[in-house]
Amino acid sequence: MSAPPPLCEAVDLSVRYGSLWANRGVSLAVRPGEVVALVGENGAGKSTLLHALYGLVPLDGGQVRYHGQPVVPSPQRAIAAGLGLVHQHFMLVPPLTVAENVILGQEPRKHGLLDRRRAEEEVRALAVRHGLAIDPRRPVADLSVGEAQRVEILKVLYRGARLLILDEPTAVLTPAEAEGMLRVLRQLVSDPAGGRGLLLVTHKLDEVMAVADRVVVLRQGELVASLPAQACSPAEIARAMVGRELQPVRRHPRPAGPAEVALAVHELVVERDGVRRLDGVTLQVRAGEVLGIAGVEGNGQTELCAAVMGLLPVRSGSVQLASAAGLRDITHLPVRARREAGLAWVPEDRHRHGLVLDFSLADNLLLGHEGAFCTGWLPWLQVIDRRRLLRHGRQLLDEYDIQPPEVQAPARALSGGNQQKLVVARELSAQPRVILAAQPTRGVDVGAIQTIHAQLLGARDRGAAVLLVSAELDELQKLADRIAVLYRGRIRAVLDNPPSCPVQRARLGELMAGGMA
Amino acid sequence: MRTTLVLRALPPLWAALCALAAASALTLLHGESPRELYRLLWAGTWGSAYGIGQVLFKATPLLFCGLGVAMALRAGLFNIGAEGQITVGAFAAALSGAALPAATPAWLALPTVLLCAFGAGAALGAVAGLFRWLAGAHEVIVTMMLNFVVRAAMVGLGGHVFLRESVHTAPVVAGAELPRLSRYLPALHGSAANASLLLGLLVCAGCALLLSRTRAGFVLRTLGSNEEAARAAGVHVGRTWTWALALAGGVAGLGGTNFVLGYKHYYEDGFSGGVGYMGIAVAVLGHNRPLGVLLAALLFGTLSQGGLAVHALVPRELIDVLTAVVLLTLAASQPAVQRLLQAQPGARREKEQDEKDKEGP
Repeated sequence: MSAPPPLCEAVDLSVRYGSLWANRGVSLAVRPGEVVALVGENGAGKSTLLHALYGLVPLDGGQVRYHGQPVVPSPQRAIAAGLGLVHQHFMLVPPLTVAENVILGQEPRKHGLLDRRRAEEEVRALAVRHGLAIDPRRPVADLSVGEAQRVEILKVLYRGARLLILDEPTAVLTPAEAEGMLRVLRQLVSDPAGGRGLLLVTHKLDEVMAVADRVVVLRQGELVASLPAQACSPAEIARAMVGRELQPVRRHPRPAGPAEVALAVHELVVERDGVRRLDGVTLQVRAGEVLGIAGVEGNGQTELCAAVMGLLPVRSGSVQLASAAGLRDITHLPVRARREAGLAWVPEDRHRHGLVLDFSLADNLLLGHEGAFCTGWLPWLQVIDRRRLLRHGRQLLDEYDIQPPEVQAPARALSGGNQQKLVVARELSAQPRVILAAQPTRGVDVGAIQTIHAQLLGARDRGAAVLLVSAELDELQKLADRIAVLYRGRIRAVLDNPPSCPVQRARLGELMAGGMA
Repeated sequence: MRTTLVLRALPPLWAALCALAAASALTLLHGESPRELYRLLWAGTWGSAYGIGQVLFKATPLLFCGLGVAMALRAGLFNIGAEGQITVGAFAAALSGAALPAATPAWLALPTVLLCAFGAGAALGAVAGLFRWLAGAHEVIVTMMLNFVVRAAMVGLGGHVFLRESVHTAPVVAGAELPRLSRYLPALHGSAANASLLLGLLVCAGCALLLSRTRAGFVLRTLGSNEEAARAAGVHVGRTWTWALALAGGVAGLGGTNFVLGYKHYYEDGFSGGVGYMGIAVAVLGHNRPLGVLLAALLFGTLSQGGLAVHALVPRELIDVLTAVVLLTLAASQPAVQRLLQAQPGARREKEQDEKDKEGP
């Protein structure tokens, strides 16, 4: 008996957007029992490739084959051939239950009516079989992000998918959730009876190493490497992705002797929707120091940043910021005054808080820094100095390697990594005393991560205090001088993290889960 | 880029075609010749100097109200209150103009009445802004209700300030009058077009400059595009809402000058004829851009004047039907035209480009 044909195959596939080749001559195959990881920078053509395989984007050349048969791909054919695409953004109906979401479109019937009991039984059985434990009767609106992700996977399994295509399944998960998810996925594929395969898009190279059999690297639409995962190192993959050697970002030890406190938060209590989100948080960040905030998401990180920025009312406690005349209480100052006092914020949700997508890059750089580029006697009729703004913009685009380097292009046209670099560039360019950086590299490719890390450390070395909130333990280990663990709105512990002997991951994980300090 | 231009140009053409077809059909049903209708329509509007003057006269308050709605929309606010704002603006202009000493020179009288007109509209707009800021009341409700309040107040006040056995106030002093354009362009003789139009053009240019060049305009646009980002950047949202609606109300209030200072020289009950509500259509059609609003105001001014011109042939309501057809087709044709273009291979790429842009992190 010959080997079974690949579940899905791209042969010399090309997709063009206008004059730009999003995919050019890409050949790729996923066989039963195989996990293929597709990696590449933002805009390298990963999502396009998935969409082309699934028939969401028309081909401009090459061929797609399902089970060895050439086809003109369409979502209907793809589903019929056993392909299941899990989108990066959830496609669930929040008010419906888990079972209802899973069966949607393929409802089991009895006498022409929906057989709810059977549906729930089937979904429960499917969930148990694949280790995706979840109560089929819960409404999706009540689920955590990780649980919603499981429902998405159950959905494609329920439709009998043999090739699962996942677009960054772990981007929104906590480290523990991500680990569990990867384990489940690995099991799904290794089950010999299933004959399943997995095509996984991800940014995280450690994930690639953990689950993939083969790594396929895309760069600028072209396939630049296809390697067995065992035979390569993360550094090698990173190099293939960006096409050049990445200088590792190094944190130098802080100079000896105490530096002045730049940001002091004292017994901060914040309530939101009647729930106490911050329950007496006290912390200090010194000039020239990065204080990392570790914690499972939802333990008060978002509220901490919002309260320090002045976007959430404070119930009690105080926030103080260094000024020329010592620490100054800013607890009740408006956002603008805090910014003027030297506070900068890289928000975790760049689309919501960081950018105006319809504005040009230049106008986005003006956001929050109007004072620096406006002149005039009447404060409310100050005129924007466009020439200075554009010059400043070009300089920043160059310094942060933002692509395309077009100050007049709308922010919407940039890839996620470049958008994030734009936000970081703006916030760091005003030489702030204190930088709040929340998840600064979430959903961002390795090249951009490196730029952002280097710039944050650069700001630290110039004497800024950085409060770094991150769900990535690697990031914290690499950048933070000290790491505070936030658990249920309280600081659980503060650990020193010198470059020579970083904090142990296990120790951090234990504290994040509520373990004793 | 080329496709975008076509996309912008096609809907108006398509709307015009639909309107022509509808007008022809209705005229035929009425037993008249469509050709005669179009002849009258043209002659009464852009086909004669007098017609042009009247079109400009009708377009002037539409320009002010359209700008009033558009400026608020750029800040993310729906100003439904242009009708009330133009009414109080006109009323304030008439009362202040009549209260001045008869010999007040124009250089003093005009700024005074203009300021009163702007101030009255701005105050009304600011009320809606304050309600939104301090009480969280949606500005659509507040501005709409204020229209009724103004309506009722005018009825109540009218009894005190209107001249005996009339529905109008005393005339403003000579120095506060805006001259008719026919004084400078004799060809426009007989039409009511007046210097209020020039004021409108100035305000239009001012709005454009404010939006594109100034810090205040930038803040306003930011708030209208992404409220959360504006908040995070340090914009005081409530305060900005208030001044944006005050500005919008003030601009609409200045629209009252067309009738009060340029035409009758007094405030008359019911002078506006719903022009404030038409301003919403003008702003939407003009994509909330000052230049677009100007063009849209001219279009609606033409239709309004055209209705009078064809009155002898067909009922005036036919033109109302035309206006409605133009509005409906414009509203509906934007997506329809886009779909049509996207069905063609050349245009398909644009859509995909959009999708590619969304290909996020």
